Amino acid sequence: MIIVRFIEFLRNRLRTVILFCLILLALLVLGDWLLVGREHAHTAAERWPGFWSLFGFAVCVVIIFVSKWYGRLGIMKPEDYYGDD
Amino acid sequence: MAMTDLWMHPALTLLLGAALVPFLRGRARSVLLVTVPVLAFLQVLAMEPGIYASVSFLDRELVFGRVDRLSQVFGHIMTLMCILGSLYALHVRNPAEHAAAWTYVAGSLGVIYAGDYLVLFLFWELMAFSSVFLIWLRREPGSPGAGYRYLLVHVAGGAALLGGIILRWQATGGDLTFTGLDVTNPDLSAWLILAGFLLNAAVPPLHAWLPDAYSAATVTGSVFLCAFTTKTAVYALCRGFAGMELLLPLGTVMAIYGVVYAVLENDARKLLAYHIISQVGYMVAGVGLGTQMAINGTCAHAFAHILYKGLLFMGTGSVLQMTGKSRFTELGGLYRKMPWAFVFTLVGGLSISAFPLFSGFVSKSMIVAEGFEEGRTWAAFGLMLASSGTFLHTGLKVPYFIWFGRNNCSPETWQRAADPPWNMMAAMAVTSVLCIGIGCYTPYLYNMLPFVVDYHPYTAYHVSETLQILLFTALGFFLFLKWLVPTPTISLDMDWFYRMGGRAVAAAARGPIQAADTFIGECYRLVGLAGMLLAARASAWFDRRAIDGAVDGLALAVRGLGGRLRRVQTGRLQVNIFSAVAVIVLLLVIYFIAYTLNP
Repeated sequence: MIIVRFIEFLRNRLRTVILFCLILLALLVLGDWLLVGREHAHTAAERWPGFWSLFGFAVCVVIIFVSKWYGRLGIMKPEDYYGDD
Repeated sequence: MAMTDLWMHPALTLLLGAALVPFLRGRARSVLLVTVPVLAFLQVLAMEPGIYASVSFLDRELVFGRVDRLSQVFGHIMTLMCILGSLYALHVRNPAEHAAAWTYVAGSLGVIYAGDYLVLFLFWELMAFSSVFLIWLRREPGSPGAGYRYLLVHVAGGAALLGGIILRWQATGGDLTFTGLDVTNPDLSAWLILAGFLLNAAVPPLHAWLPDAYSAATVTGSVFLCAFTTKTAVYALCRGFAGMELLLPLGTVMAIYGVVYAVLENDARKLLAYHIISQVGYMVAGVGLGTQMAINGTCAHAFAHILYKGLLFMGTGSVLQMTGKSRFTELGGLYRKMPWAFVFTLVGGLSISAFPLFSGFVSKSMIVAEGFEEGRTWAAFGLMLASSGTFLHTGLKVPYFIWFGRNNCSPETWQRAADPPWNMMAAMAVTSVLCIGIGCYTPYLYNMLPFVVDYHPYTAYHVSETLQILLFTALGFFLFLKWLVPTPTISLDMDWFYRMGGRAVAAAARGPIQAADTFIGECYRLVGLAGMLLAARASAWFDRRAIDGAVDGLALAVRGLGGRLRRVQTGRLQVNIFSAVAVIVLLLVIYFIAYTLNP
């Protein structure tokens, strides 16, 4: 099965894959800064190089922790909370 | 009149098909399951703009077929999805499931082509009462309860809608044409109609029915459910409430609300259901913006969403079908056993996350860009935030915790896991191709939209912006993976109020309800017969021209039905509702045929 073999090929080289991904992220920010024009930007903040990278990462962290905090306020309950209605 | 004679409603094709399903077996049924939706799709493609099937009922005109660019884009995607869903469900033996699904799609098409509020309401109810069977037919311990709650909420929404329609009738002096309502100074009738629409669009706080019901539905049922109810409501909002200020903040909140609950969710299908709320949030926000570009974006996003969400429910559905599990805490590491289901689900995940070259990229951004364009910066940033959350959950969490991550499978689950039957694989493959096709070749979708499109998604800035948000979200996902491991819990939502409140009422009212039940049984015996005879007389009156010869026979049959109805009433409510829906559908079909034969 070619898909399984490909996934296992990547899993066996996990360090290389991670390194490759990090380089990709760096190139993305660099490319955005040097190559991409700003004529489509809507707000001043978007003119900072790598603004959307920062936005993506920050928002992701906020979503994870705010949601978890909300869940712990008493929203998360055991699976049998409603009985079997 | 010549055109009207030839026009046939695609809903009628599906209703006739649904009536035929139980009579066919084996290969003949498979052929039917493929041809009927294809036929309905071709009917939609062949339609020309105009007003068709305008029927005199009592002293008014009912319009069953208003065809314009807005109804066409929705008619196109609904019938297309019906082809894919029916292919995915080809192996299902129970004819009731196919019949319910098609009746449900027919309801959706009926709403989409309805020219006035009465026809809209008729099909609106048909959708609710047929789709509930897709939940009941799961036959799990929780299914009856989930189905009743679904019905309860939709009946309430239907009542609001009907109330609004009656008030509007009074206010306009009888004009019930379904057009844009006054969105700057809405009166009570507009608010009630809006409430009915918003409930079906699952706008918080009227949303809890959706995750409750869709996660309890059958494997193939949820593929249908995820497409039709909410997107039909989006169509109705586009038609009735474009430019309503309130909808922009509501849509933005909705987009974020679904994301928050998706973090906490342990059931894969329930997580996807919360992401329907999130995605429909973009569409509601688009309706709120109300400009031509925003309405285009809303329609485009509804179109793309139906396909990728269907694909996601197909992927997780095939896991449920094969392993019997849908909770992350009972799955994991399945890539070796179900590689193709993984690939297709990933395509759905990348499409909903709006990766370049996938369908979401060319549709979602129209709404967000218009938000920025119109100076609604906060709403636009809120929608961007929800984009990150979408990828975090649907693009990363779902595939990771089912196909990778810690293997939580029991030996039995692991043993059973394998890629699903060929028809499910074929449906997923075709849907995947469509998701990628729409993302790569934009004219297919853009040329269908209600207004001329002047939008180019593939600018360097937009591609760079999207890739940065998504890939840095992925970085966050892997860095904080430990916090995202699902736990075997459920999350309380608005349904708590009617689930717990209902219990309190039931406990307090056990005595009176018993008495009422006996009383109603008596009423059925006494009044049922008279009422049915009255109904027979009424239908005889307005159908005399078409089927006058059959009236006597019909009245006799109805007289017999009155007696039978009393016995049916003591049986299970599900059977009762099924009988009621069957009768409604039958009358509808007879009426259509009578009309077509003798316009």
